[in-house]
Amino acid sequence: MNRITKLFAEATEPILNVYATAGYPNFGDTMTVLNALQAGGVDIIEIGMPYSDPVADGETIQQSNQVSLDQGMTVAHLFEQLKDMRQTVSVPVLLMGYINPVLQYGVEAFCQKCAEVGVDGLILPDLPMAEYESEYQAIFEQYGLYNIFLITPQTTDARIAQIDAISKGFIYMVSSASTTGAKTGISSDQETYFKRIEGMNLKNPRLIGFGISDRASFLKASESAAGAIIGSAFVKLLGQAKDLHNEIVGFVQSIKGKK
Amino acid sequence: MNHSFQVDERGYYGDFGGAFIPEMLYPNVEELRSRYLDIIADPSFQEEFHALLKDYVGRPTPLFKAERLSAKYNTHIYLKREDLCHTGAHKVNNTIGQILVAKRLGKNKIVAETGAGQHGVATATVCALMGMECIVYMGAIDIERQAPNVARMRMLGATVVAAQSGSKTLKDATNEAMRHWINNPVDTHYIIGSVVGPHPYPDMVARFQSVISEEMRSQLQEKEGRDYPDYVIACVGGGSNAAGAFYHFLDEPRTQLIAAEAAGQGVSTGHSAATTFLGKPGVLHGSKSLLMQTEDGQVIEPYSISAGLDYPGIGPMHAHLFKSGRAKFYDITDEEALEAALECSMLEGIIPALESAHALAVFGKLNAKPNEVVVVNLSGRGDKDLSTYQQRLKLND
Repeated sequence: MNRITKLFAEATEPILNVYATAGYPNFGDTMTVLNALQAGGVDIIEIGMPYSDPVADGETIQQSNQVSLDQGMTVAHLFEQLKDMRQTVSVPVLLMGYINPVLQYGVEAFCQKCAEVGVDGLILPDLPMAEYESEYQAIFEQYGLYNIFLITPQTTDARIAQIDAISKGFIYMVSSASTTGAKTGISSDQETYFKRIEGMNLKNPRLIGFGISDRASFLKASESAAGAIIGSAFVKLLGQAKDLHNEIVGFVQSIKGKK
Repeated sequence: MNHSFQVDERGYYGDFGGAFIPEMLYPNVEELRSRYLDIIADPSFQEEFHALLKDYVGRPTPLFKAERLSAKYNTHIYLKREDLCHTGAHKVNNTIGQILVAKRLGKNKIVAETGAGQHGVATATVCALMGMECIVYMGAIDIERQAPNVARMRMLGATVVAAQSGSKTLKDATNEAMRHWINNPVDTHYIIGSVVGPHPYPDMVARFQSVISEEMRSQLQEKEGRDYPDYVIACVGGGSNAAGAFYHFLDEPRTQLIAAEAAGQGVSTGHSAATTFLGKPGVLHGSKSLLMQTEDGQVIEPYSISAGLDYPGIGPMHAHLFKSGRAKFYDITDEEALEAALECSMLEGIIPALESAHALAVFGKLNAKPNEVVVVNLSGRGDKDLSTYQQRLKLND
């Protein structure tokens, strides 16, 4: 069974998914960050594959992408860094990135490598549903990879139903009309949107992302979903950390309420 | 009209095109996709569009027989004078069309990207005309390089925002404009300045620019007794003026389509923007096309002396014209463009934009026969490039 399915089936408390840019803050830090996230008690790790033109991302993640690229990170280097990942990391791992580097690596070769190192799913925001169905779905499924789709407050109910039908694992619910890291906190409008989606009785569980930065917003979002995703707030910590391992462990524990 | 080189119902030109956009942009792009054809076809739209092109932009633009250039190259050369459009370039054909679409979509705010500032000025202009709020993203480096256009946009009431991300030039300004649209999904329309971006933008922009080749046909009929030329030459950065100049000749086998790309210092120097020579298929700014990129799929910052051709991609329609062999692509260096600009100025009394000078530089490579007809799309005027001309052509000595 895919680790993501298992996690959602067995979870007894809100699920925390944390995003970290690969090769950030330093080229060789990827596994240090993954191991520390797991040590802190994270439920899902989302590894960002840096890209020169990340249009869905705000300033914090853009800047971390650029630093990582400047330090020489590539898709090939990332797979090399992740090759022994499953010896220490047992939680589900997603790769998040943009479609172009995947196309250049070769879609099939990319999926094969994902399966080889133990990646469970992909988040590719600029891969649209129609393209996925016609060109990618069969390959992704052959390698057991879940493709995670996004929905936003502007996504129509009909389209949400289509996305729910094609999704496996969970649906990534973008909390507001924004890029990553643009807003913090949760407004009453957003709560209305969360409740609306909750009322749709989708077959897939949902994680809420964008604007989640601390325990309060994590718990608030988790009232209307299976859990939440933290990205920019964590990348900020990575950029400033002096003791990477311990600060990551402390951050995850504080969100999960284990400190 | 049903060209074989037109976009298909999936938004593709052959292997290129599509709409590779994050879900956050889907509702806006889908709204546009589902409505643009009906909006454009509506008689009230056509009436308003053509009235503005005539009385505000100054269309039709002349098709001028360049006698001295013709004598020099021993053929019949015509210049399509897009440089005489209001704001100094063809860009305004598209911004007029798109702001009328925006109005009919019920949008009251406009966002745009700009490189050298020509599209930004054309957008700020129509926003002033229509009383709409206008935000233009421009790379921080371009803001420094193109101060007069920044001042023009501000005088027209636009807010110019510096794009500080990535390489701080056109591709990053485009990223920032897309991010702005993600953050303002309800009341804002994004006016893309070229035949790039997710479907339906390449097709919509090509339709608005197609007035260029529509006029060429009737003007050629009048002057040459036939409604097609043997060659149409246009420069290609993203490719909007070329799309407009080619549009009504796409299925005319007697017309050779010639695209001039910016080779910069030369295609093999590492300082170039010649995408068909250096690019591979890839996805940028919402469509699959040819793209200058690293082996890892990171977008490469291009170089050209001409800010309007300084783009790492090319419209999907042009990628298809290239791959299918329908259009022939020439790589024109900075030096060749500068020489052609000087030649056109001295022989015809017309100072072209640096972008258009790349198209003019094709004459010497074309070997057109004495009885053939060559039309060059003179997409813009050279005022904005005077400081480059002063410096590079040593006009101060």
